[in-house]
Amino acid sequence: MNDNLTIGGETFRSRLFVGTGKYRTNAEMVAAIEASGADVVTVAVRRVDLNRANEQGILHHLDAKRFFLLANTAGCYSADEAVRYARLAREAGFNAFIKLEVIGDKETLLPDVDGLLAASRTLVKEGFQVLAYTNDDLITALRLEEAGCAAVMPLASPIGSGLGLLNPYGIRAIKRRLSVPIIVDAGVGTASDACLVMEQGVDGILMNTALAEADHPVLMASAMRDAVAAGRSAFLAGRMPRREIAVPSSSASGMLD
Amino acid sequence: MSPPSSLQLVVNGESRTLTGPATLVDVLRQLGLDPRAVVVEHNRVIVRRADLGGAPVRDGDVIEIVHFVGGG
Repeated sequence: MNDNLTIGGETFRSRLFVGTGKYRTNAEMVAAIEASGADVVTVAVRRVDLNRANEQGILHHLDAKRFFLLANTAGCYSADEAVRYARLAREAGFNAFIKLEVIGDKETLLPDVDGLLAASRTLVKEGFQVLAYTNDDLITALRLEEAGCAAVMPLASPIGSGLGLLNPYGIRAIKRRLSVPIIVDAGVGTASDACLVMEQGVDGILMNTALAEADHPVLMASAMRDAVAAGRSAFLAGRMPRREIAVPSSSASGMLD
Repeated sequence: MSPPSSLQLVVNGESRTLTGPATLVDVLRQLGLDPRAVVVEHNRVIVRRADLGGAPVRDGDVIEIVHFVGGG
């Protein structure tokens, strides 16, 4: 059964997107990404460190032909800043996709909604495929879709928190009402979180810290691959209803006197 | 060809003295960088890779050189 994911004209087999930050070593990063089965990998845009001899960017370790590089605007706190970073990322020449982040607060890393919407409109006009990192609010998600975003990426919980899915109702409302792909981004901590997220019916999931900060990232990446597949299948399978009374699984007839 | 001179630039937020005359490709070369591995912003304008060789650099120019690093 073809269950591929299409965003902005690009089709992916894996619904698990992974980040490349915070790993202890580059070797561990490469191995974990491989174990995850991910097609889409996120990267950040930063100054080259001119003072370090042989300083290498991430493309020295990651095969740009094997993965779809999704650059982000991490660390940007205004629309202007995010737009600047997005344009720089595009000039690297891989694609015109951007994971748009406009952050409103250092402690929570929650999005600045005004800035996010403004940056989305600007970048959509410039021909970017905008995947917008946002909160779990339906109205914000609708506005992002109206602005022309190729995908909306509501958080499960704060970035790097590992708290898992805090607001399934919000995520389900977003999936129910929007037509663009919904990729849950941020806050996933372990396999059960990922499975639960996918059971909500969303189109994909992005995680970074859950892998990089696991004791064994490669093993966790493999677990996440299974979890995302399991959650997706469970959603497609159509779960049984929840009940507050018991219904026996074994027939009531044929009991002995 | 002009005699070599020194160029005072701001590169990635730091003052740098490089040898002129120079284009942006020359600047990258002097810094030991591969033009194919970076993106350059020259006085707040992103420069296309193909145009780096034809972009002369002047005293006081502000240059940002970025690349992809790990991130979520």
